[in-house]
Order: sequence, then C-alpha cells, then structure tokens
Amino acid sequence: MRFNIIRHDNLAVMAILKEQFRKLDIAFKLLESGEIEVPDDTSEKKLYKLAGILRNYSIEILEDEKSQLVQKIRNILIELVHDNKPQLMTISYYLSEKMNLSYGYLSYLFALHTHYSIEKYIILLRIERAKEMIIEGRLTLKQISATLNYSSVQHFSRQFKKTTGVTISSFKRIIELKRAANK
Amino acid sequence: MMVEKYERDTMNVMLADDDSDDRMFFQEALSSTSIKHELTLFKDGFELLEYFTKPDSDLPHILFLDLNMPGKSGIQCLEELRAIPRLREMSIAIYSTSSADRDIEDTLSKGANIYIQKPSNFDKLRKVISHVLKTNWQFHMSGLNKETFFLNI
Repeated sequence: MRFNIIRHDNLAVMAILKEQFRKLDIAFKLLESGEIEVPDDTSEKKLYKLAGILRNYSIEILEDEKSQLVQKIRNILIELVHDNKPQLMTISYYLSEKMNLSYGYLSYLFALHTHYSIEKYIILLRIERAKEMIIEGRLTLKQISATLNYSSVQHFSRQFKKTTGVTISSFKRIIELKRAANK
Repeated sequence: MMVEKYERDTMNVMLADDDSDDRMFFQEALSSTSIKHELTLFKDGFELLEYFTKPDSDLPHILFLDLNMPGKSGIQCLEELRAIPRLREMSIAIYSTSSADRDIEDTLSKGANIYIQKPSNFDKLRKVISHVLKTNWQFHMSGLNKETFFLNI
C-alpha cells in the first residue's frame, strides 16, 4: 500500500513521521517519488491511529489514487513557484509533461476533488511566495512582482488584495504587530 | 470492538458561538455545502478552552470563533488558544460584525487566520463557509506557513 504525504522538505517533520511509524511498529519504506510504502497487511487499526497522530502535526495521509494524483499536482506546483525558475514554458505544459497526463484531465481532476481550479491554486501559491519575500525584506515590491512574473506592481497588489482580502500595507502592519507582540 | 473507518478528506470543523440561532444557521449552511465534514459546537469560551486544554483532545482542521461572546470573549479565547504550543498549526477563523480595518488587523495580528464579517443572509453564509473551508484545505494540504495565512472576507 502506498501513501503520498504533503511534500515536506522539513527534516523535523520527516523525523516525526519516522518516529511515529517506529512507535506503532509499522514497517515502511520512503520511495524516491516522495511516497511512502507500507506492507499491504498493515492493520487498519494501526493506520487509523497513525492518521490521528499525524494530523496533529499537520501531516495528512492520502490513500486513494485520485487524492494522490491531486497531491502530486500540488507538490509539483509548490516546487515550481518556490524555486522561481525562469518560465521557459507554460505551467500547463510543464505540469502535463511532468505527470504524463493531459492538462485537461489534470485540471478536471483537481477541480473535482478540491472544488478549486488549478489556476486559482497557482495564484494562491504565488501570493504565499510573495508574503515570504515581503517578510524577508530584501526586495522592493517592484522587484518582488517582477520575480513572480506579474506585469506590474499594480497588477500584483490587486491580486494580493483580491486573494487575501487585505492590502499589502495592511499585511505588513499585521506582521509588525505580531513581531512586536512576540518580543 | 468497532473501529471507525477513517473518512478520507473529511473536514473536521468546530464552532464556538453563544447564540443558538447562529449555531443552527452555521450548521445548516455547512451541511448545504458539498463538503464532507464533522462539526462540533461549543456554546461559550469556557467550554471551548476546557476542551482544548486537554492534552490529547482531537484538533479540528479549522475552528470558527465568534468575537462577541459574554464571559470569555472571542479575543480572550484566541489569545489563550494561541498560547498553547500544540495548537499553533490549527486554523482559526474569527466571526465579527465589525468591518473596521483596525479590528481586522488587530484580530489577525493576535493569531487569527481568517476574519469573517458576519454575512447578512444564509446564501452568503454558505458561500463564505465553503470558500473558507476550501482555501483552508488547500493551505493545509500544501504545507504552507500558517503564521502568514490571512484571509479577510
């Protein structure tokens, strides 16, 4: 039986995962694809317990094939947006090549399963990346919007406000307030 | 011994609201979305904190919290919940009647992820809940940073 998990390049999270498998005495193998394989005869009770414990660490286990495909789409897009690779091809082409499935099918599957379109999801990821860069403070808004392939700062701020419901300045103020509170 | 089948992709939702009508509307609105869910209701802040201070209580994917509750207010609950380390990853949505920027920023800076201006009708409520749950789920499944997950509706 194979599971896919949320792509965590976070070593601490992977350590937690391995620890929980060991504690519950579940044999597992970490595959190159990022999937986890457990023997088919692993008891349902153990898996249920494992799922509950991992949920508390924000780790979800995905069992069915469609869920796994959807998660794979997410993982590919997260990596793509995060790595800021120069866009040599459209995202739809990239995605379809990587997964060896038509983009039409992938977007249908994604929307059906998550009630969210791939396009909307990509926007969400870009805005999240933008937040990271804003917090880092090294780049100006103009540079951030260029890095994320927005046609202008105006377009970037409009999309930020549309997606999050707050303006970029409001976002900065919130972060400042949080920082001040944590001192 | 019966072991419950783990329901994949079931959204575990909790709500704290002192108004029984509002609790009912929320429940109905949630049921009318196409989202598979489990809902737990709390009628005040004390009940809520009592549940969450138990070290092994099951965490929801998202908690909706009414701002205006007598006794322990929404903000007090928010602050107390965020002080508990194991609850850091839990999404919290605040319900408020205020639309003032200052209140929004204040609430989000105190640890809320989502700020909802209480919708005036059932249909709007259903749309808001649906949008919030779907977006939250995407966040959850993408391993994104909850510390900067803000949504103002």
